[in-house]
Amino acid sequence: MNSTVADLPAARAPVEIQRHSRLVRVTHWINALSFLFLVPSGIAILYAHPEFYWGETGYFGDPAALTLPMEPNFDYTAWGRGMHFLFAWLLVLNGLVYLLAGLLNGHFYRQMLPRLAQLHPKHLWHEIRDHLRFVRPTGEAVRTYNVLQKLAYLLVIFVALPLMLLTGLTMSPAVTAAYPELFTLFGGRQSARFIHFICASALVGFLVIHLVMIFVVGFVNEIRSMITGKFRIEEQS
Amino acid sequence: MSKISRRKLIVGGVSAGGILLAGTASKYSNELYRVGEDLSRVTHRFLLRNNPLAREFTTRDISKNFPAIGTTMPESEIYQRLLHARFADWRMPVGGLVDKPMSFSLADLQSMPARTQITAHSCERGWTAIAQWTGVQLSRVLELVKPQPAARWVAIHCSDGWWDSYSLDHFEALHPQTILAYGMNGADLPVAHGAPVRLRVERQLGWKSLKYVDRIELVDHYRRLGDGKGSFVADEYNFQWYGGV
Repeated sequence: MNSTVADLPAARAPVEIQRHSRLVRVTHWINALSFLFLVPSGIAILYAHPEFYWGETGYFGDPAALTLPMEPNFDYTAWGRGMHFLFAWLLVLNGLVYLLAGLLNGHFYRQMLPRLAQLHPKHLWHEIRDHLRFVRPTGEAVRTYNVLQKLAYLLVIFVALPLMLLTGLTMSPAVTAAYPELFTLFGGRQSARFIHFICASALVGFLVIHLVMIFVVGFVNEIRSMITGKFRIEEQS
Repeated sequence: MSKISRRKLIVGGVSAGGILLAGTASKYSNELYRVGEDLSRVTHRFLLRNNPLAREFTTRDISKNFPAIGTTMPESEIYQRLLHARFADWRMPVGGLVDKPMSFSLADLQSMPARTQITAHSCERGWTAIAQWTGVQLSRVLELVKPQPAARWVAIHCSDGWWDSYSLDHFEALHPQTILAYGMNGADLPVAHGAPVRLRVERQLGWKSLKYVDRIELVDHYRRLGDGKGSFVADEYNFQWYGGV
């Protein structure tokens, strides 16, 4: 945030602020690209065995924790696996850069950690109501992330994505030979596979809301701010 | 330059670049996927540098209905004849870049020191089952044939036409849990699971544990075999050669 309230011109003209740092913009789009390929390739892999179990083992005939209405198909396994692991690597390496930078430059602390006042139930309730009514934020409120946004981002960055990575690694016999603790952590390879699916579904849900919100706030303005960094604040009402 | 035309230029440029990139990428998708696979393999080699064993279980954990997939009955006449004679005539030649080519009968393998391990088999399709495997360590067989210094890869060829290649080191072929298994859950290896002898590579996914072992060949590089991609499934189905996850 380079501009402050003092920079606001007296006239009610739109103000452009620097919304996202270059690092956030670049890592965001690499993330988006990875996601674009990870979801379909994950589904392609899933097609080979659209059933989930809890515990160490599980195969057709075992009591399933969840059976998806999909006809098993092995034709997608080869490209699904190839694509999934290539973009998983991209996501992980990109995520490491983002995490490290965010921790070092204070991005998480300054922009994402909710302020105490924001966590007040009254404020939370107010935000939830505004979101459900698709109220378009205006003026100063646009300058910073709102509390629901902060909580959603923190959950994705520090809970969902690390879980995706760790449960993904628990499905590797090589990695679990080196770190059998992963089995203990997730209760077995099949549990890890199920958690991987649950987290992936949650992330797809996040993505849907994320995209809806872009339209609520203003598509062109939001997309521009993620490409050039510039975000236009309309006049105060 | 006005704002609009600049925006059009950027949008147009990015779109054109994207389409061009996507076209090139899809043409070389297998080469691109190999980048991810190689990253996994190099990372695994680092993580497993101290040579840990894959986790072993107890007899209590053995799965009741271990699935049998892929080939469950090789149709070749040779195999059918061997099966009929209960594999008394079965011989497994070990050759290639070795000083002392040898051929092993089932009794030869069974007379060597045995290793029994109860491990989880995770299929690339997504299921996991636990079984007990008894066999001879591949390293013991390879020791007898005296590999030449140039030998770097061990190719396993199977009666159903499958083959795969494994590095001649402790990471794969010489790992203590890499065995030529002739027993499963305390009995002879059933036909559906690869009789008379199947490979077990416990730190890999299921498809690397080949069934119906026919012969073993030591080579300087797997590129010399088949189409050069390292395995039957890589050649035939564009499958990963290493995989690893």
